[in-house]
Amino acid sequence: MRTDFAIIEPWITPNSRVLDLGCGDGTLLHHLQTHKNIQGYGLEIDEIYINECLTRGVNVIQQDLDQGLSNFSDNSFDTVVMTQALQAVHYPHLVLDEMMRVGHECIVTFPNFGHWRCRLYLAQRGRMPVSKFMPYTWYDTPNIHFCTFKDFEELCQTKRLRILNRTVVDQSHQGHWLFNVLPNVFGEIAIYRLARS
Amino acid sequence: MPESIPADSVGLVTPETITFDKPLTLVCGRVLNGYQLKVETYGTLNTKKTNAVLICHALSGHHHAAGYHSMSDRKPGWWDNYIGPGKPIDTNELFVVSLNNIGGCHGSTGPTTINPETGKPFGPDFPVVTVKDWVNTQAMLADYFAIEQWAAVIGGSLGGMQALQWSMAYPKRLRYALIIASAPKLSAQNIAFNEVARQAIMKDEDFHGGRYLENSTYPKSGLMLARMVGHITYLSDAAMRSKFGRDLRSGHLNFNYDVDFQVESYLRYQGEVFSEGFDANSYLLMTKALDYFDPAAEFNGDLTAALADTQCKFLLISFTTDWRFSPERSKEIVDALLNAKKEISYLEVDAPEGHDAFLLPINRYKQAFHAYMNRIIREVA
Repeated sequence: MRTDFAIIEPWITPNSRVLDLGCGDGTLLHHLQTHKNIQGYGLEIDEIYINECLTRGVNVIQQDLDQGLSNFSDNSFDTVVMTQALQAVHYPHLVLDEMMRVGHECIVTFPNFGHWRCRLYLAQRGRMPVSKFMPYTWYDTPNIHFCTFKDFEELCQTKRLRILNRTVVDQSHQGHWLFNVLPNVFGEIAIYRLARS
Repeated sequence: MPESIPADSVGLVTPETITFDKPLTLVCGRVLNGYQLKVETYGTLNTKKTNAVLICHALSGHHHAAGYHSMSDRKPGWWDNYIGPGKPIDTNELFVVSLNNIGGCHGSTGPTTINPETGKPFGPDFPVVTVKDWVNTQAMLADYFAIEQWAAVIGGSLGGMQALQWSMAYPKRLRYALIIASAPKLSAQNIAFNEVARQAIMKDEDFHGGRYLENSTYPKSGLMLARMVGHITYLSDAAMRSKFGRDLRSGHLNFNYDVDFQVESYLRYQGEVFSEGFDANSYLLMTKALDYFDPAAEFNGDLTAALADTQCKFLLISFTTDWRFSPERSKEIVDALLNAKKEISYLEVDAPEGHDAFLLPINRYKQAFHAYMNRIIREVA
């Protein structure tokens, strides 16, 4: 199992309802169905991923996150999860609002643009960072809203959201002592668990 | 005509007629003293009887969903793209039941059946049946095969409405409902098109108040018109453009009122073929069944409440260019099911073919259908 999923799993209550935004091939939901007996739904627009969800027996709804979640009622889920999709939506702050409206708790993971490699790349070359981890050119990329951990936490503060947990990991979702010292410099991916205050 | 039967075909099939003696009280209040259903089956029912799938037909459909009746058949059954060995509805694994609904004109009891009380065809006296009535007769059909629970009930368009009705009327008797290119009820626009079709039929001088068979005739031009207007709603603007454009049949304008454009010729041909094979009273009746379907009506228009007691899992599929039952109409069902906290998956297939897409071999649709059916097969076979 992916390490970020292992981090997320303890935050999910058994027999609860989980909505996964940009659920990919349904691995997380399938895992939570099997091990936590959750009732889950995934939203996805990629047809190959959708088919994999259908094969796995994961409920999947073809729905574009940028269209909002107006078809889901307030507090209808215990947890709304969005892994590695925040930077790809048109209005991350509105998606976050929608997540907090629909779910009691939210789990958000995204790549840290404040990571030292990004900083170094930009400082040395004066160009937008391209790496194995972020392989796209600036003009042709699904990632249209990169932010740093600091940026995100400021947004949470503006929205008066409570950060219940924050875990910082690297690309392979492993931890490191440096991440605790300077997370916004050394952490590559952040996993936030949020609630309304 | 198939020169040889393709390997992924169910092959030559023979329909059977099943007689039900028990009187059936219809939603309209009238009683049918017994009725017959014309049925085809494909594949083999397993000993536990868990692998049965029911196919529900659409407006002008019937029991012949797959395979061929004879080697001289021009075309296979209407859903042969999706039913057969190795196809999404895999007859190697599943026992598939396909019927002609009552009120139809392909062998089940309907307006062309002789009314035992008069010795003449029922004609316009055949009761107006509803989707609910159809599903009740389909439940009797399940009993006949000793099928306690369908692995899946599957239908497109009006057939999807039957699958939806199944989930509400007999929640324990199906594991899955597959509802394709359908809607929870007709819109005013949908009803309007049906009314044009009915008026075309009823205003035909050969209609004789529906007793045309007694007069050895039938409302041919009315049926043609009905089908022509229907057919327009089955295709998308883009599909018509790419199929016909403004192509002229004889290469020049005629400056009269004969056929100029290919699309006119096509519609006339479609109307002509249809009028020769479909009973006018059946068409009137089936359009009414469509108009009347509205399961939320009994719940003050609350579809979520109507679906509260369903137990099966759902797959809904819509097609982007379908304007007869647009994706928004499928989403009404999806959202109600989400609200009701039911197990539901939904797919919107980008396809230029319009409403007809549900019958056609479209890769993405076929793959998703296959993926979902495989999961059902793993569970039941």
